[in-house]
Amino acid sequence: MTITVSDVSFSYGERIVLDHINVTASEGQLLSVVGPNGVGKSTLFYCMLGLLNTFKGQIKIDDKDIKRLGIKEMAKLVAYIPQSHYPSFNFSVFDMVLMGTTNQVRSISTPGKKQLMLVEEALDRMKISHLRARGYTQISGGERQLVLIARALVQQTKNLIFDEPTANLDFGNQILVLSQIKSLVNEGYTIIQSTHNPEHTFMFSDCVLAIHDGRVLASGAPSTIVTKELMQKLYSIDVEVESLYQDKVRVCIPAIVVKNGH
Amino acid sequence: MEKDKYQKSFPYTLILVILGIVLIAVVVFSFFLGRFPISPIELFSIVLSNIFPITQTWTDQMETVLYNIRLPRILLACLVGCCLSAAGASFQGIFQNPMAAPDILGATAGAAFGAALAILNDGNYLAISLSAFVFSLLTVSIVYFISGKARGSKILGLILSGIIIGSLFSAGTSYLKLVADPSDELPAITYWLMGSLSGATKSTVGMAAIPMTLGLIPMFLIRWRINVLTLGDQEARTMGISATRLRLFLIVCATLVTAASVSVSGMIGWVGLVIPHLARRLVGNNYKHLMPASMLLGATFLLIVDDVSRNLLQTEIPIGILTAFIGAPFFVYLITKKGEVY
Repeated sequence: MTITVSDVSFSYGERIVLDHINVTASEGQLLSVVGPNGVGKSTLFYCMLGLLNTFKGQIKIDDKDIKRLGIKEMAKLVAYIPQSHYPSFNFSVFDMVLMGTTNQVRSISTPGKKQLMLVEEALDRMKISHLRARGYTQISGGERQLVLIARALVQQTKNLIFDEPTANLDFGNQILVLSQIKSLVNEGYTIIQSTHNPEHTFMFSDCVLAIHDGRVLASGAPSTIVTKELMQKLYSIDVEVESLYQDKVRVCIPAIVVKNGH
Repeated sequence: MEKDKYQKSFPYTLILVILGIVLIAVVVFSFFLGRFPISPIELFSIVLSNIFPITQTWTDQMETVLYNIRLPRILLACLVGCCLSAAGASFQGIFQNPMAAPDILGATAGAAFGAALAILNDGNYLAISLSAFVFSLLTVSIVYFISGKARGSKILGLILSGIIIGSLFSAGTSYLKLVADPSDELPAITYWLMGSLSGATKSTVGMAAIPMTLGLIPMFLIRWRINVLTLGDQEARTMGISATRLRLFLIVCATLVTAASVSVSGMIGWVGLVIPHLARRLVGNNYKHLMPASMLLGATFLLIVDDVSRNLLQTEIPIGILTAFIGAPFFVYLITKKGEVY
């Protein structure tokens, strides 16, 4: 249950997007990848998911070199949770989660009892059983995100990759989703997420990777990453970082507010 | 409390059974319709005489009408309706677009050109069908080839190539109409373009049925995976499905049944767009139920429309005109009706 990225580089033609990235997410860890938009977070994720195969270097998931794996084997090894989205067709929540079992079903067949049971369990676990019959496009953004997590759970792998799980969610839903992620980590799931919120990163992560211009700016424990110097470098703005509650929480405040009030 | 649409609806399998029963009823009813009256008793006697020795109380003419005219026509109407709807439902999934229809990749435009070319060269019905079929497949192959070279989004590339090649073949058809003999060839082309099932004979039905079955069965069997395809290539891939391969496979199947339909029936619009939407209203968007529901509804719908087309007036009304007259207002109703947005 370990994801190891060794010396991975990727370029679109001349443009270098990832430059010698090294990082490891061990079993039962939440690794947060931070950095401004367009620094290659998504590209790194696509490499890890096997969606981009032309990277240099090596990515190992559970000690298997993913370049040697087919689509079906990849889907058994790692599950992807995209940002909560609006698909073209409105599926029921139950059907949406059921789609995660496709890899276990023969191509000319439809999901059977075993798959339906998995869906029941996953819905229960995410506490969204009451939504089973609702249309996926008609529930809230937070609920949609939980549905997508449930869908990843029925894929029956312990390696999960989240693309900005809290993007477009209100405050309450952000915390709801993050605590679900945290409880999965506590059960031994290995989770990698991208995020834009340094405060959440500090509160929930076990390990942080800061990427800037396709390079590793820093990586390590959250307390060493969510600092004034690094945040300033990462986002190119003047930031104050305050520690609260015996450093259980760190707050990032734009320096402009501190200097001028509002 | 707001009631959930999904919860109060019937179990979907029951809806499918009801749709099947309705189709059978419409098929039986259609045997009685036509210029030449056949009573229910005569109909059942003729059918049962194949199994039991029954003294003949009917004329030979009745038997001929039943077996050589009505049976092939009813079968063809059902098959074409079934194929166009299944192809429509598949294309909507493949292109993640509820507005996709069987002619999205230029299959009908190619078929029209092929048919016009054959009519211009004094081809018989068989030659016209064959030419339409070949050109239909050719058009879609060209479209697929070009889209492979297109940069950017795969799906946009396919749709744009379909529009480009489709309009090119439409222009070709226009040219053929221009040079066609206005006394006999031009009306023949025009009539073919309006769509009609009047050419149905045992042999045409038999011939069309082969490619139709070859396309329909795999589309039915693989229907669950179309769900995953509607989520987009990347998501499908992370769930273990190669979107590119599955899409190509479905395009081949859907094109095969569309080409086979258009080649024997001419251009029949609207069915492939409206019927899957009606099916979505009844059983939801899960292709497990949507595909069979589209197939059954499509067969029933086209059979009813064809019954009207051959019985309403003294002369037969081209079925393509009728499907448009029914399809357009019905679609307006579907998109404005209150209820679940889908």
